[in-house]
Parts: sequence; C-alpha cells; structure tokens
Amino acid sequence: MASGIKDKVVILGMGCSKFGERWDASPSDLMSEAFEECLADAGIDKNQIQMGWFGAGIDAYNVGSSAMPLSVALRLPNIPVTKVENMCATGTEAFRGAVYAVASGACDIALALGVEKLKDVGYGGLPQRTRGVENDMFWPNLSAPGAFAQLASGYRAKHGISKEDLKRAMAHVSVKSHANGAKNPKAHLQREITEEQALKAPYIAEPIGLFDCCGVSDGAACAIVCTPEIARALGRDDMISVKALQLAASNGEEASYSEWDGSYLKTTRVAAQRAYDEAGIKNPREELSMTEVHDCFSITELVTMEDLQLSDEGQAVRDILNGDFDADGRIPCQIDGGLKCFGHPIGASGLRMIYENYLQFQGRAGARQLKDPRLALNHNLGGFPHQNICSISIIGRYE
Amino acid sequence: MSGITAYGAYIPRTRLLKSAIADANDWFDAGLRGLAKGERSVCNWDEDTITMAVEAGQDCFSVLDRDSVDALYLASTTMPFLDRQNSVVVSQALNLGDKLRTMDVTASQRAATSALISLFESGSGKGNSVLVASEHRRSKCGSRGEMLWGDGAAAVAVGADDVIAEYLGSETYVTDFVDHYRGEDSTIDYEWEERWIRDEGFMKSVPTAVSRLLEKAGVPASEVAHFILATDQARTPAAVAKKIGVSAEAVVDNHITDMGVAGAAHPVLLLAKVLENAAPGDLILLTGFGQGADAILLRATELVTSKRPATGFSGALARRREDSNYNKFLSFNNLVDRDVGKRGELDKQSYLAAMYRQKDLLTGFVGGKCRDCGTIQIPKDNYCVNPECNALNSQEDYPMAALKGHVKTWTADRLTFDWNPPAYFGLVEFEGGGRLMMDFTEVQPGAIETGVEVSLHFRIRQFDHQRGFRKYFWKATPAHQ
Repeated sequence: MASGIKDKVVILGMGCSKFGERWDASPSDLMSEAFEECLADAGIDKNQIQMGWFGAGIDAYNVGSSAMPLSVALRLPNIPVTKVENMCATGTEAFRGAVYAVASGACDIALALGVEKLKDVGYGGLPQRTRGVENDMFWPNLSAPGAFAQLASGYRAKHGISKEDLKRAMAHVSVKSHANGAKNPKAHLQREITEEQALKAPYIAEPIGLFDCCGVSDGAACAIVCTPEIARALGRDDMISVKALQLAASNGEEASYSEWDGSYLKTTRVAAQRAYDEAGIKNPREELSMTEVHDCFSITELVTMEDLQLSDEGQAVRDILNGDFDADGRIPCQIDGGLKCFGHPIGASGLRMIYENYLQFQGRAGARQLKDPRLALNHNLGGFPHQNICSISIIGRYE
Repeated sequence: MSGITAYGAYIPRTRLLKSAIADANDWFDAGLRGLAKGERSVCNWDEDTITMAVEAGQDCFSVLDRDSVDALYLASTTMPFLDRQNSVVVSQALNLGDKLRTMDVTASQRAATSALISLFESGSGKGNSVLVASEHRRSKCGSRGEMLWGDGAAAVAVGADDVIAEYLGSETYVTDFVDHYRGEDSTIDYEWEERWIRDEGFMKSVPTAVSRLLEKAGVPASEVAHFILATDQARTPAAVAKKIGVSAEAVVDNHITDMGVAGAAHPVLLLAKVLENAAPGDLILLTGFGQGADAILLRATELVTSKRPATGFSGALARRREDSNYNKFLSFNNLVDRDVGKRGELDKQSYLAAMYRQKDLLTGFVGGKCRDCGTIQIPKDNYCVNPECNALNSQEDYPMAALKGHVKTWTADRLTFDWNPPAYFGLVEFEGGGRLMMDFTEVQPGAIETGVEVSLHFRIRQFDHQRGFRKYFWKATPAHQ
C-alpha cells in the first residue's frame, strides 16, 4: 500500500510574475521574472537545481513544444527537464513531477515552472484551437464558457433552483473574488465590482455573463522543492510541505454513460476524496484554512464547493450567499482573487495558487493575510464538465 | 403494375418575408415591389441540397421499408459536390446500406422528371427505387429569382408493390432552348427575357410533349385531374393548360407566394402535394420543363388515401418560422462578405482518411450497443462504457438517427464562432440509452431547457472555404417548438 506524498517534500522557494495583459513581456520574460523571485526566495544557486518540470498549455500560441523553451530561457545547466501538458491542470502537473522526483530520491532539488502567453492571440477569451483530428469532426464548437455554462442548467434541474437565485449566487462568487483581488498587487484585475454589475453584464454563454468569467492573462509561476532534510540543512525552519497531490481524469462515463446528471464534477469528487485521504484530513470543513479553486467561471466555483464537501449537496447557493467562502467566512476561497482576478495563463495557474498558500503560511500576504492558516487546498479543472482532468494539491505547514 | 409507392417532402422552416427583400432593394429596382407578396422558404446556414434530401428521404421512409430500397437517385442543379457522388452521402445518411444503385442527375430544371422517367422505364428491380429531388439555388441580390424561388426537397419511391399512383406512360420533347444557364465557373443563373421564355418555351415545349403522351395513352386532356407545371411564371401553367385542353381546376398551384419555386425539385414537391390530396382514379399529369419538356401520366390507386407520409408537403409547408432579416439571408448564402471575427478563422481542414474511418458515426449517426450488457453508446468505442462491463470489442452497430432525445445540459454560446449566433449545444440523452454532447440547430429562443425533447437532423457542421469542402454531422432540434 502506497504511503502517499504527505510531508515527504517541502517548498524551498516560490515566485510568481505579475499577471495581466503583458504586451511587453515574452514568455521568456515571464519565466525569468517568476524564476528570479523563486531563486532568491529559495536562497540557492541555479546550479543546485537538478531536475526541472515545465508546464505550458497551448503550444500553438505559447512557447512551442518540448522542455527546451524553459531550459533556454533560464540557461539551465543541461539538467533533465520534462514538459508537461494536462489542460488547466498543467501547472499542478509540473509541480507534481518535481515533487515526485524529489520524493523518489531521484534528485534532491527540483524546479517546477508554468508559463502561458495567451494575449498574443489577437482576441479576447481563450484561443480557438483544434481538439484533435477526430474530435473536430463531431464535437460542438464549444468555447470554455459554453462548456461550463451547462453546469448551471444541470444544477438548476437537479436542485430545482430558479435561474435568478443561481445567478445571484454566481454574482456573489465574482463580487467576493474581485474584492480579494483588489488587495493583490500581482493580480490582473484589481478592481471591486458590485452585484448589480455582475447581474447586468452581457451574456457570454447563457447564464454566464461577462463577470462570471475569469480574466484572460499572461503569467508565470514557479516553485523549487526539496526534502525536509535538505531544507533544514539549508537553514529552514517553519517549513511548508506537500500534503497531497491527486489527479482524476474522466474516462468517458460522464459523456457517454447515462448516469451523470450534469450538475457536478465527478472527477473533483474522486480527486478530493483521494486527496483528503492522502493528507489525513477527516473533516475538510474543520481542517482546511483556505481554498484556491478553479473558478474559470463562477458556476464552476459554486458546484466545486459541494464537490469538495465544503457545502452539502444543493446548498452551495445558500452557503455562498451566506458569505461562507468570503475573506471573513468559514473557509475563504480565492483569497488572492482567484482565476477571476489573476486570469488563467493555463500553465501557470496551479502554481500561482500554491504561491498564495505559501505567502499566507509565511504571513506575507499583505492586506489579504488570513489569521493563522494551517492547511490549504488548490483545485484545477481542465476540459469540460462532461470530460475533464481534475487536479488537487493540499499544502500545509510542516509539523 | 409499376408506379409510385411512397413519397415525402421537406421545406426549410425559415420563411423570409418578400417585403424584406423589396424593402432592401426597391431603391434600385422598383419593379420588385410588385413581386413582394408573401414569403419564401430559405435554407438555414447549415442546410443544403444534401441535407434537405436526407430530410425528404426520411419523410418518405415513414411509409416505406428501407430494406426494400435498391436504388437512390438524387436530382438537383445545386449539388454541393461536382465530383463526389452526392447521392451516396444521402444514401448513407439514410442508412440504406452499401448494396444499392446510386446516381446524381443534374444540369436541367427537368433533371428530376427525367430521372423519374428513367426509373419507371427501367423498372426491372424487385424492390423500390427512390428519387430524391432537392434544390438550393443561389440568386443575385435583388433579383427576380431571389423573390420567386424557394428551397426544398421531395422524395418519391418507384416500385411494383403497394402502388399509390400507377405509371401510365411518359414522353420527352427535346430542344436546346436556353431560357437560362449556369456555366461551370458560375454559381448563379443567367436568364433571358420572361415573355420569350413563356411564348417560345413553355407554350411550345410542354404542349408538344403532353400531346404526344396523351395521344399515346389514349387519354383526353379534359380527364386530367391534376396538372403539374413547375414555373416561377405565375400565369403560365393556366395558359399552357388552356392550350392543351386541361381544365383550369386541374392546374396545380406553384406556391410562389408561400414557398417559392424550388427549381428541379419543384415538380416532385408538387407531385407530393397532389398525392396527398388525390382521390383514387385521379389522373395526374406531371411535366418538367428545361431544354424541352418531360411529361408523365399517373393514375392514383385506392392506396393513395391511406399511405401518407408523416409530414408530407402540407406538413412541411405548415411548419414555418417567419423571418424578416434579409441581411441574414444574404450572409447564409454568401452574398455578402461578413466579418466573422478571428474565431471564425480557425483552419477547417478535413482529414479525409480519418473522416472515412468515422463515416458511420458522421454520416449515419451509428453508435454501438454492447452485446454483453446492452449498454448503448455513441461514438462506438473499443471498450464498453458501462463501468460494470467494460467489455472489449463488444459494441454492435446501432443506428440512432431516428431516436428521440432529451436535453440534459445546454447553453447558448455567444463567444464561440457560429454562422448564426448564439451557438446552442448541449448533452443529449437518447431514448433507450446513449448520450452525446452535440450541436443544436434552429433553436427558437426559450425553446431549450433541461428535459426538452429533441429530434435529430443531418446538417452541415462546418465549411472549409479555403479548400471548397463542407463537413456534415447530426444536430438536435427541439421537437415541439
């Protein structure tokens, strides 16, 4: 029986670029911006990094394929670097690779870096791209909001919730994240919005309006990880360790088998339970201090609260409107502003979430600092509700 | 006895108000206002001659066993492909198997009547031969054709058993009369003067063919109960009828003001209309005009009143949605250079080898049914999707195009590219099992909600204008909107 990843690997350093419409910055610029912060934070020399994992999502509009863009951008000393891509879970996948390498003993110190340059494409939203030769022949030409908007129809039908009530809870999700993002100098969108603004915004994909969508931005984030022993030898105390890393991939059941009702994410439920087991979490509502979830759209965050067992089934609307996940609620969600305010440079997002955990645990989160956080959960979702990849990382104080 | 054994019809749901055409164009040609009565049928952006033919074929098969079909002919002057047999696409979308004769008949307004004569005269097969006539003509902005034409399709089956209209004979008069033409480099007709076409064309060619036929059949013209002459010249059929001695009551209306004339498909559409209303024993005189004329004589049998298709001409005509958006009509027919946005620029290359591999899914909407556990899935795959089964290579072909479905999840997407935004799509659950995330088409606002019943329709999925190709697939439409 595998013992899991809990407390086998700690974070030695982290860095995150400013996210936004970085017209001035190339992917290399974004990578070095995040990396220099990370390296200084880790307090090591570049040559001490022994392996690298590189996350980048959309090759065609980003850096191209393979690990070379990372190795070249940072002039890494010919160490093994692996490129990973797993849709929106890509950043977490880069982290997972580096963490597993350290945990296995294959190396002492490893780098995970994710980057995405989305704003070179010339239009708003995620780039239109092929889904593969065969899928392109019959899949609907669905955009990301078009895919996730369908959660709303499934959720309404299952729980008998009116369009208006659901839309109001969705608006609250975005209002809350904008309030948090306004306190984060690295966020793309640093402006508060009102519920009225969210409700009145034009539809992108029914019932998702403009303010139900996360931003689209450029950015990079990275982590340097090692074993607790090495961190200690490097003079670290108050360490931050990995408690769980889980991934669940759809196998076609939601899309093709007549069981799933379209109101939730099956993979999130599977990955969450595995992650709680791996981290030894019995009661996530009591034990988690904060969550960073994949709020690509407000409806995704709403159903994710149930999928992570933080709300009872059918009660997310009530809990959200009750402020349970606001900055001063029982489990703050997207305290850094989330995808909503950071945008979603695909390769970077998972690492950007962990970066916020890291700052919060170290008391470095400035105006948005939470009181004594112990355990954080991060969640990414790539693909569509009916067919997707879900990654979950749980990070906490090494105790 | 050989004759017609079944028929079906399809008219696109959208009806463009002719006043909208006049409103946009009478600044240039004031004469258009006089033609602006009623409405015309127009294809949705994802409809063409092939998709309409499939719809008409489906209607025909509501009263005809598909297994009895041994030939499928497609007649049209607006075939989507000049070299790729269009009738094969239609036959595979109709799931007629791989053992039948197929043929495209084209290049004249009498393509369909000539094909029909050929089927009657060959009449050797034991089964039924199906002729589908379908037409989607392009016309210039503000032209007479734009005002008077419509889009539509009809199907008739020819066979020897359970005949509803007996074939009594036919004649063809051939002459190279060029009332209009469309050369190989053009997609739009060039026409000559209407009055000349009437006097030297209709009034001479049709009587010549008809008189030869009636004389041969020994039938006096006065006994003809239904006289079909498809034309966009409103008064010409009555004038021709008078000349040949057919009664004014027998002249079949061309539906110029509530549908428009559907080119080579129109004679068959009007035949479908007549068969719906004919009494046993009625004589039907069907003509086709173009480089001469075809004339076909039929007599309705006792079965004509009982063997009616699910929709038929009257059902198709009644199923309508009024539209006054002339600009949209221009866009759908590529008559304006619309800015489709950068999302519309994505390369639409079709990978023909992969397409051929998936042709049963793409054209026939064939899924799989697990012989071990009975689970239905689409697309068919190597492993059964039932988690309790997961059997390997257990899926047997399971045609699903005729199944009802219900919407599980849906949205109306305004971000993605679509020729008619918003793009509606969602997860459809089929009766009996199986589900697919698929496009919806022709959705009226408010008509889609979780649980709504949908029917399936063969439609254009994508145009590759760069390479002159178009891809087809099935889409769902709310069944009761």
